[in-house]
Amino acid sequence: MRLFLNAVALRGPGLEGWQASAPILAGKAPYLAAPTLIPPATLLPPNERRRAPQTVKLALAVGAEAFTNADAEPACCPVVFASSGGDGETIHEILATLAGPVRELSPTRFHNSVHNVAAGYWSIATGAKTPATSLCAHDGSFAAGLLEAGAQAVAANGMVALIAYDLPYPEPLATVRPIAAPFAVALLLSPVAISQSLARLDVELCASGTHACAIPELEDMRRAIPTARALPLLEALARGEAATMTLEYLDDLALAVKVMPL
Amino acid sequence: MKPLSISGLSLVSALGDELDATWQALREGRSALAPCRFEDLPIDAWAGEVQGLNEPLPAAFSAFDCRNNRLAARALAADGFAQKVANAIAKYGAHRVGLFTGTSTSGILNTELAYTARDPQTGALPEGFAYAQTHNTHALGYYARARLGLAGPSFTLSTACAATAKLFATAARMINAGLCDAAVVGGADSFCGTTLFGFHALGVMAEGPCRPFDKARNGISIGEAAGFALLERAPEMPEPNALLLLGTGESSDAYHMSSPDPEGTGAAVAMRQALANAGLAPEEIDYINLHGTATLVGDSAEDKAVTGLFGPETPRSSAKSFTGHTLGAAGMVGAAMAALAIRRGFLPGSPHTQNLDPAFASGHLLEGHPAPVRRVMCNAFGFGGVNCSFILGSQTR
Repeated sequence: MRLFLNAVALRGPGLEGWQASAPILAGKAPYLAAPTLIPPATLLPPNERRRAPQTVKLALAVGAEAFTNADAEPACCPVVFASSGGDGETIHEILATLAGPVRELSPTRFHNSVHNVAAGYWSIATGAKTPATSLCAHDGSFAAGLLEAGAQAVAANGMVALIAYDLPYPEPLATVRPIAAPFAVALLLSPVAISQSLARLDVELCASGTHACAIPELEDMRRAIPTARALPLLEALARGEAATMTLEYLDDLALAVKVMPL
Repeated sequence: MKPLSISGLSLVSALGDELDATWQALREGRSALAPCRFEDLPIDAWAGEVQGLNEPLPAAFSAFDCRNNRLAARALAADGFAQKVANAIAKYGAHRVGLFTGTSTSGILNTELAYTARDPQTGALPEGFAYAQTHNTHALGYYARARLGLAGPSFTLSTACAATAKLFATAARMINAGLCDAAVVGGADSFCGTTLFGFHALGVMAEGPCRPFDKARNGISIGEAAGFALLERAPEMPEPNALLLLGTGESSDAYHMSSPDPEGTGAAVAMRQALANAGLAPEEIDYINLHGTATLVGDSAEDKAVTGLFGPETPRSSAKSFTGHTLGAAGMVGAAMAALAIRRGFLPGSPHTQNLDPAFASGHLLEGHPAPVRRVMCNAFGFGGVNCSFILGSQTR
């Protein structure tokens, strides 16, 4: 599957946006550990902003950054959201309430518990009536999202956004499902090169394999956060060099990605 | 799109296992809804509960054991479906058959039970809680992939009540992009406190059985279902009786998280795109399997959208008063009803709908009757303002 990458956005621990992170990913600036900064969801109207959970704020932040970086309009672009889970805080609160003496749920919390919560708020925020989907492949959710977004771009012959994100669960789920820190990536993909295109990506399925990050702190992140499995691709893009890599997907299947900067 | 053959199809709902159980109920106009015994809800809610889900999964799959995967297991065994997938594996190779599953709540009931059994001192979940195999949204995909012996691309779509409907579009694109030669699509949604108390909190759950498009409709009845379909590239000249996926359409309301756009604008976009994708005109659709969950606003919005596009007369009905609203699995119930309508030449009714809302179009069927059916549009809409329509048919023209 041949794709063109038109913008990248990124937010993770010590990684605050693509512009600030690219020198770190390229090995030209030191990585400095810091908690992930999740900005307020200024795209949303004030009443929705209050009700939006952290998952939504993180996903909207990278989505908005990608469209700004590409100088593109989100209202006309289909979006694929990929995450290894829904909003952990919301799901924990529901589970705790259901296990308690008064089983009364908040209606807002209930609608915020769906996996496609970010997709819903995104379409409200941007006014995009284009298709929005939300998918999960556990630890392989980023790779799955890249397949779905790529296949959509090819089928529609137009630009598609991929927004992938993960946040840690609160306890007790954090113990059984540790996710080290909030982390999100957005890519704008199209099947043909456009003026904004940064690189060509050839994506194929291959037998399982691993491609470690060049920078040790990023490799730790790649192993500890499902969406951070995108980091080897982001490192190659930041270096601006042609590269071939394997992105982890399922136990017996991976993505072979060839990156050709334009 | 190039049509795809549907070479396998299965369904399990409160109507029973296998498509034939659904067919008998459609023919007799018999609803499976009954007073909800599953959770102690504070209202007289009715529900479509699947019976016999107390048996654990076989030892080889015990890590995946939860109500949702048990329900999925029943649908994989129904209608010879697993054998048809085995035939596809023999034909294409396990790595060339994709698996795209859909669910809204996966095995969260298992986690609800685990939360009631937390360690009183530490708050820890009980020993042996299997997050990836039961709680995670993709637990369903992991289970189905292991059970069917598939090795191709796989993920789980979770777009609330449009999850399995959207899989038909996903599978068509994956095959189009050359990422697989055939695809299994399907999913399961099963009862849990999260959805039962959640819909109750939203005030959209009916007292008594749901009555889609009735002037006295007062909300939804929740149901359980699982179903799967096997999609392959269709030959240039399909058999006259072959069941085909002809087109898909998707859109977003961009309106509200849990209420549909009252004008049905987004729903109309999805339906128009499905027609365009199939290269069909509205008059070439013989029956519309509506989303129709029996909420005041939802039914009204859908009626506006459907009538605006098709006019008042195209026959239409919703599955919800047969099976209840099966949430993420609703797309598979729609696919099964479409297949039965086409194969059996029958337009299904809507058993609990007594008095059609006079504001609505005349095409709504309250009672089923025989009629030739060549092409069916299925609608599924969900939280987040997600809309999906797909068209099944026996022939392209």
